Amino acid sequence: MFAAVSDLRSNERTRTMMRVLREPLGAFGIALVLLMVGGAVFADLLTSHDPSRISPRDRFQAPSLDHLLGTDHLGRDLFSRVLHGGRIALSVALFATATSLAIGVVLGLIAGYGPRWLDAVMLLLFDSIKSFPTVMLALALVTLFGPSLTAVVIVVVLVNVPGYARIIRTQTLALKGSEFVTAAQSMGAGTARILRHHIMPNVISPLLILASMDIPVVIAIEAGMSFLGLGVRPPTPSWGSILNDGFTAIRDTPWIAIAGGLPIILTTLGFTFLGETMRDLFDPRLKRRT
Amino acid sequence: MVIVSVAMLILFCMIYLIPGDPAAVALGPRATDAMREGLRIKMGLDKPVWVQFWNFFFAAWQGDLGRDVLSDRLVATVVMEQLPYTLALIFGGISWSVALGIPLGCWAAVERGTMADRIVGVLSVAVIAVPSFVVAIYALLIFAVALRWLPAIGAGEPGDIGDQLVHLILPSLAVGLGWVGYIARMVRASMLEVLESQHIRTARAFGLPERMITYRYALTIAILPTVTLLGVGIGQMLSSAVFAEIVFARPGVGKLVYDAILTRNYPLVTGAVLVTTILFVLLNLLADLIVGALDPRVRSRL
Amino acid sequence: MTVLSIKDLNVTFSTEGGRLHALKDVSFDVPERRIVGVVGESGCGKSTLINAILGLLADNGRVDAGSITFEGEDLTRLGPARMQELRGQRISTVFQDPMGALNPVLSVGRQMRNIQYRSGRSRSEKDARSEAMLRQVRIPDAQAALARYPHEFSGGMRQRVAIAMALMMRPALLIADEPTTALDATLEVATIELLRELQQDIACSVLFISHHLGVIAELCDDVVVMYAGEVVERGTTRQVFHTPRHPYARRLLECDPARQSGRTRHLPTIPGEIPDLRQRPPGCVFATRCDQRVDACDKVPPDVAVETGHVARCVLAEAR
Repeated sequence: MFAAVSDLRSNERTRTMMRVLREPLGAFGIALVLLMVGGAVFADLLTSHDPSRISPRDRFQAPSLDHLLGTDHLGRDLFSRVLHGGRIALSVALFATATSLAIGVVLGLIAGYGPRWLDAVMLLLFDSIKSFPTVMLALALVTLFGPSLTAVVIVVVLVNVPGYARIIRTQTLALKGSEFVTAAQSMGAGTARILRHHIMPNVISPLLILASMDIPVVIAIEAGMSFLGLGVRPPTPSWGSILNDGFTAIRDTPWIAIAGGLPIILTTLGFTFLGETMRDLFDPRLKRRT
Repeated sequence: MVIVSVAMLILFCMIYLIPGDPAAVALGPRATDAMREGLRIKMGLDKPVWVQFWNFFFAAWQGDLGRDVLSDRLVATVVMEQLPYTLALIFGGISWSVALGIPLGCWAAVERGTMADRIVGVLSVAVIAVPSFVVAIYALLIFAVALRWLPAIGAGEPGDIGDQLVHLILPSLAVGLGWVGYIARMVRASMLEVLESQHIRTARAFGLPERMITYRYALTIAILPTVTLLGVGIGQMLSSAVFAEIVFARPGVGKLVYDAILTRNYPLVTGAVLVTTILFVLLNLLADLIVGALDPRVRSRL
Repeated sequence: MTVLSIKDLNVTFSTEGGRLHALKDVSFDVPERRIVGVVGESGCGKSTLINAILGLLADNGRVDAGSITFEGEDLTRLGPARMQELRGQRISTVFQDPMGALNPVLSVGRQMRNIQYRSGRSRSEKDARSEAMLRQVRIPDAQAALARYPHEFSGGMRQRVAIAMALMMRPALLIADEPTTALDATLEVATIELLRELQQDIACSVLFISHHLGVIAELCDDVVVMYAGEVVERGTTRQVFHTPRHPYARRLLECDPARQSGRTRHLPTIPGEIPDLRQRPPGCVFATRCDQRVDACDKVPPDVAVETGHVARCVLAEAR
C-alpha cells in the first residue's frame, strides 16, 4: 500500500506496523483502509451482482438482503457499484499519486539543483497553479480533454506536483551545500549520480509520508469530478457518480446518496487517520504543516 | 498583480487550445458559413494568436471582458450579477469556520492533554478529510430532506435578508466545515506556542486572571496566523463553493463557470475565472490588512 | 520585621529520568526595606526559587517540604485564587528579557490598566496612575507613551516600562530576575540606580537575582549564594564579599573578572560541573569540585553561623 513501508526491511516493517497499531487512531485508520481495500479487491467474491447490469424491473429498490444498499434509477445493485467504485477510486489514487511523486521529484530536483533563473520561473509557476481553485482547473482541463480518468489524473498531478516539488527543492537546496555532497563532487561524481545516490535517499521519506496523507485528497478529487460528470464515463461505477445519481433522486430514494457518500467518508477518514498517526510517529517535524 | 497576469496567460493558452469554434457555438447548428465567418471577424478570431492575446489582455485590464456568447450581454455584467451570491457563500463559510474553529482550538489548547483536547483533535482531522461536496449532500439529506428544518434549494427571495440568510446556512456550512478543523488545529498550535512565551509568564506574575490571560493576552496573538491561513484558503473555498452552488441550486460564479464550460461559452469562462482570480488576490490583501489591524508590529511596518 | 522568610524549602520536579531535586533545604530572609541579592551560576535554582515564591512552578514541579512566609502567610499553602491576588499586588516581578516580557499586541496603557483590574478605580484614574508611574521611571512624554506598543520602545525603555508595571500596585516585595543582564553597561548602571531610587520611594523589599557580582555588591544589602539548588552561604554583602566562608563562594568571587588585576592572562574557572540533580551526592553538594575536600564532606554539611546573620553550609566554616 505504502511505498514507504515496502521500502523498509521486513522486520522493520513489522515494527512500524506495530507502532501504528498501538495508537487507537492509527488502528482505526488501518481497519477502515483494509475494509475499503478488501472490498475493492474481493468485489467479485463479495457480491454476485454485475455493477453495470441495467434491470428496469428493479429500479429504486430500498436496501434488502438481496441488494444490501438498494438499487439505483436503472436498477443496478448499489453494493456492487460501491465495491467496484472502490477499485476505480483506489487505483486512480495510487496511479495519480505515483505519477505526481515522480514528476514532483524530478521538477523539485531540477529547481533545487539547476540554475537560479529556472528555479525562480518554476516557483512562480507552482504558485500560480496553487492559487487556482482546483475545481476551475478541473473544469478547464476537462474542456480540453473531455471527461475521462486521464483528466482526473492530470488534475491530481497539477494539484499535487507543486507541493512535492517545493519540498524536494527546499531539501535539495539545504543538502546542496552540505559536506557530503561537496565531498562527492570533489571526488568527481557527476550530477546525476549525486542526485540519485546522495540527495534522493535523504529527501524521499518525508515526501512519502506527505504523499500518503494526500491520498484522501486524491480520492476526493476523483469522486468530486465524477460527481460533476467530469470524471469516469457513465457505465463505469464511481463513488462520485453514484452520489450524483443519488443527488438527483434525493427526495424519494435517499439511500442512493447515502451509498455513494459513505465509502468516500470512510476511505478519506481511514487514510487520514493512518497518515496522521504515521506522521506523528515518524516525522514530528512535518506536524507544523497545516 | 503578477499572479493575475500569469493567470491570464495560462487562461488564454488553455482557451486557445480547447477544440471547438466559439462562433459555431454562438450561432447554433443552423447558421451559415458566412454568418460564422462574420462573427469570427467580429470576435477577432481571424487575427494571429499574439494579436488575439494582446487584445484580450489589453481589454481585460480596462474591464472589458467581452460578451456572453449565448445572451450577448457583457461578461462583466453577468459575472457581477452572480458575484454577490458567491461572496455571501464564502463569507458564510468563513463565519462558520471562525465561529466554531477558534473557540474549539482555544479550548483544546487550554485543556491540552485531556480527553476534550483529543476529541477536538480527531474531529478536526475528520472534518478536514471529508470532501465538501459529500458534506453538502449529507447536510441537504439530513437537514433539508429528512428533518425539513432548512430549505434545500435556491438563495431565497430577493430583498428578503432573513430568507436569504436561512438559505445560506447549509451551503455555507458545506463550504466552511472543513475549515473549522483547519482553524481549530491552527489556533490550538499557536495558542500552545503563545502560552509558553515570556510575556504570558509576566502576565501571570502580575496576577492577572487566567481568563484575561487566555483571551486578551494569548488568543489575540494566536489568531493572527489563522487570518493569513484563511486568506490563502480562499481558492479552496471557491472550489467548495462550486459544489455547494450546484448541490443547493444556488446562483453564483461557480455555477456560472460550470455551466459556461459545459456550453463552451468561453468569454464567460475567461471572464469569470479572471474575476475569481482577482477576487482571490484582493481577499488575500484583505487578510494582510486585517493582520495589520490586529498586530501593531505588522502595522508599523506597512 | 521580615517581609519574606523562606525555611527549609525543598522543590522537586518529576522528569523522565526520575525526580529532580531542584531546591534543597533553602532558607533565608528578606527583611523589610532591604535589597537581598541572590547569586549563582546558571542552573543553580534561581528561577525555580522565583517560581516557587510566585506559585508558578511548572506542572511537574512541587514543594515537598518547607515554608515560604510572606507577610505572615505561608505561600506554599495558599490556594491559587489567593496566590493570584498577591501576585502583582503585594509581590511583583521584573523579568530578564525586556523584549519578550511585554505583550506585543496590547498598548502599554492597556497592559498597565489591566494590572490595576482589582483596584476598583475608574478607567481615567487608572490611566492617570499609569502615566504617573511611567513618569517616575523617566519615560519621556508619558501620556503619549500609554498609547504606544512595546516594540516602539528601545530595550532600556522597555525594561523601565516593565519596572513601572511591576511597581504600579506598590508591592511589599519586588523580585528582580536578572533585570539588567540583557542591557548594555551604561543602561545597566542607570537601571540599577532607578531601581534603588524607586525601592526607597515605595519602601519595598527587593529580591535581586543576578550572576553579576559587581551589580550585587553595588546594590544589595544582603547576599545569598546558591549552588546546585542549595544556599551555600548567606550574610550581609560586606560579610560575604570580604570574608567568604564557603569554598564555592570564595572561588566564585575569585572568578569575577572585575576582581582580576590587569596582568592576569586567563580567567580562573572552577573545574568540574554541577552534579546531576536527579542523583544528588549524599554529602556536600560541592565536594566533587572542592579543593579543600575532607572526609567529613561525605556527610551532609551543617549550616554554620560564623557571625550574626552570616551562615555557611560547610564543615570547614567554623575552623577558620
